[in-house]
Amino acid sequence: MNNLLEMRDIMKHYPGVLALDKVSIDLKMGEVHCLVGENGAGKSTLMKVLSGAVTKDSGEIFINDEKVEFNSPSESQVMWIKIIYQDFKLVPELTTAENIFLGREIRNSFFLNKKEMNIKAAETISQLGEEIDVTLTINRLSTAERQMVEIAKAIVGNVKILAMDEPTAPLTSKEIKNLFEVIRKLKEKEVGIIYISHRLEEIFEIGDRVTVLRDGKLVHSSEIKEVDKNQLIKLMVGRELAGEYPRNKAEKGDEILKVENLSSDKINDISFSLYKGEVLGIAGLVGAGRSELVRAIFGADKITSGKIFINDKEVRINSPKEAIDSGIALLTEDRNLLGLFMNMSIRENISVSILSKMMNGLFISKQKENSSVQKQFDQLKVKAPSIETSVESLSGGNRQKVVLARWLETNSNILIFDEPTAGIDVGIKFEIYNLINNLAEEGKGIIVISSELPELIGISDRIIIMCEGRITGVLSHEGANKEKILNLATKFSSPEGMHSQKVKHAS
Amino acid sequence: MPANIGRRKFVEVVSEFSIGIALIAEIILFSQFSQYFFTAENLLNISLQASITAIIAAGMTFVILTAGIDLSVGSLVAFAGIIATTVIKINVPVYLSLSLGILAGLLFGVFSGFIAGIFVTKFKITPFIVTLALMTIWRGASFVYTEGRPVWELPEAFSYLGGGRIIGVPVPTVIMMIVFITSHIVLTKTRFGRYVYAVGGNLEAARLAGIKTNKILISVYIISGVLSALAGILLASRINSGQPNAGLMYELDVIAAVVVGGTSLFGGRGTIIGTFLGAMLIAVLRNGLNLLNVGSYVQQVIVGLVILLAVLLDQIRKK
Repeated sequence: MNNLLEMRDIMKHYPGVLALDKVSIDLKMGEVHCLVGENGAGKSTLMKVLSGAVTKDSGEIFINDEKVEFNSPSESQVMWIKIIYQDFKLVPELTTAENIFLGREIRNSFFLNKKEMNIKAAETISQLGEEIDVTLTINRLSTAERQMVEIAKAIVGNVKILAMDEPTAPLTSKEIKNLFEVIRKLKEKEVGIIYISHRLEEIFEIGDRVTVLRDGKLVHSSEIKEVDKNQLIKLMVGRELAGEYPRNKAEKGDEILKVENLSSDKINDISFSLYKGEVLGIAGLVGAGRSELVRAIFGADKITSGKIFINDKEVRINSPKEAIDSGIALLTEDRNLLGLFMNMSIRENISVSILSKMMNGLFISKQKENSSVQKQFDQLKVKAPSIETSVESLSGGNRQKVVLARWLETNSNILIFDEPTAGIDVGIKFEIYNLINNLAEEGKGIIVISSELPELIGISDRIIIMCEGRITGVLSHEGANKEKILNLATKFSSPEGMHSQKVKHAS
Repeated sequence: MPANIGRRKFVEVVSEFSIGIALIAEIILFSQFSQYFFTAENLLNISLQASITAIIAAGMTFVILTAGIDLSVGSLVAFAGIIATTVIKINVPVYLSLSLGILAGLLFGVFSGFIAGIFVTKFKITPFIVTLALMTIWRGASFVYTEGRPVWELPEAFSYLGGGRIIGVPVPTVIMMIVFITSHIVLTKTRFGRYVYAVGGNLEAARLAGIKTNKILISVYIISGVLSALAGILLASRINSGQPNAGLMYELDVIAAVVVGGTSLFGGRGTIIGTFLGAMLIAVLRNGLNLLNVGSYVQQVIVGLVILLAVLLDQIRKK
């Protein structure tokens, strides 16, 4: 078979980093070529070079053996190259259909043909096994639904080369199954697919070939059959990781947090306890109310009824500030949108929640600020030139470390982590697991939300399962497995019912 | 340690540096054409002319850093001036009436800023609309209250504020310097200043990081209100009357100074030094063009072009 795409000796320098060092990959028709590597390995940069969003320093790109130069994404789209980026590029105020046809609207001479666009958009969405009202604006959809719209946008009309950067990160396992069905259909249509994911299981399920990047260099490329998961991990991190999930060895202490009959708009009558030294997992499908529960505890969303006790004392928390003062920290999901100040330095991002401890009279003490920020920066091994570096230039994993550092510095006794490892590479994931265990050993109470079930089962001592805003079960680490959790997570509804529920939740 | 200068800091330093260069270039250019231009007297004169807008621009910088805008500043100048002059005319010993008048004017600035802040935070109305409404309300109120007639016959002592000198330097210039130095310290060295940048950079992240974002937002509108009122009192003193049409269209000059100074209208980026240089750049331009006998209509065109050029250069440099 001929090469549909060939990228040869691609070089790309960023200030201070060699992002791509003579990387060459090729893609055949009807093939899924997986690209793996840690954060900052160069995968996303390579995709941006392909699309023309980033200009390469040197190297060549061939499509059907013809040399091409793309200076902007619109030029690559002409060759039917579509890229689904990790961070969404949807317009929140436009409808699903309008987004899908953005830039190539169907028109009757002068006027938009909305009817036709709505019909075609709905067709594409249902191909993906989703049911989304295409006349709803994007800001009323859940993250998973937005991802589906993003995919629909890429495959509507003609596509020859499709690159997906972490497409499954916000999806549930059922939605992932649907996505893989679509990928298989696209393969039959001879579309070449570049697939980037941190979830190695997926790569073995859907991939034909795999290429591993590490620090901007190509370290391995072969048929997927020729490698196994452990080899891949070793190639990605350049070392072997002992055991997948380190266990928490801390002894369970006194009750540190008790939630009684807590309700809000999105959660219903939630009661549970958290103990010192315990890692408590919260499982559930997208829209089950996991993030809403921890946001309510943290004072970020309004509580309609219920009580919260810390160390047996009732507390009233009306704002995140009051939660922090009561010793609660919340590492939010979506660090870019809800956690970081992109225009600020690492130092300012870490110290923002603890400035009151760094005052010298009226002024912030540079010395106190620098020393405590530097301590966290070193301990968490943030990869950056210095604490004055802007967080905007950091990779996902290092950004997460910056937010983690902020919450560690607050010295809170109750730490809540919402999807702490989403979009983060294996090496840093491991560091985060160890960090969680160390915190537990210090006698802190930990709550972890994760959509990656093996991870959640692996690190939690106990797991609460939620469905439609309620707790449907509690399992111990030993008693938990994927099936039990999924059963409890879908307790109230058949899979079809879940869908209508999700749409309702989103609107 | 130049390697330790972060990207944001670096961008800002470059931004201030390049406006500074433009300012110096401007001064050298005008010095070539007019002998009088580069004299101490004229430079002090420029600073006096710039002082009123510059003081308001310092307050506006706080607001714009939070991604807000305050359109009410010009009308505030008028109404604060009228309130102050009205109170000054009451029949009590002159120093008491002066203090009360100034206090009343400033308190009005606090009040207006507080109202703006409450509408922006509690009722979630965009700052543009809230302050547009306040702009119309205070302008209208100025005319209603004075029936369109200026407040005249003020005590001699009041004119010292706008017309007096301290060791040769005009009092408004001195006040402007105090305002800028204080604002700079507040923005760079205090917790409040850091929170202003955080709120402007990412409002929801700021709230979740434990910042009382509403308090910060209300505060910046109060700062803008108070500094506008202060400018209004200085202006009333200079023209020795409270005029209902004082400060007309000032909001545009002020926003221009802030934006030319490199502060982003999207919030989170900008400095008070930049605003100072921006205000001076425009004031020097106006003064130089006056000395060269350029007509005021042509001046408007030139000032507009310079604003466009300045923001264009800023944009190109950021890429």
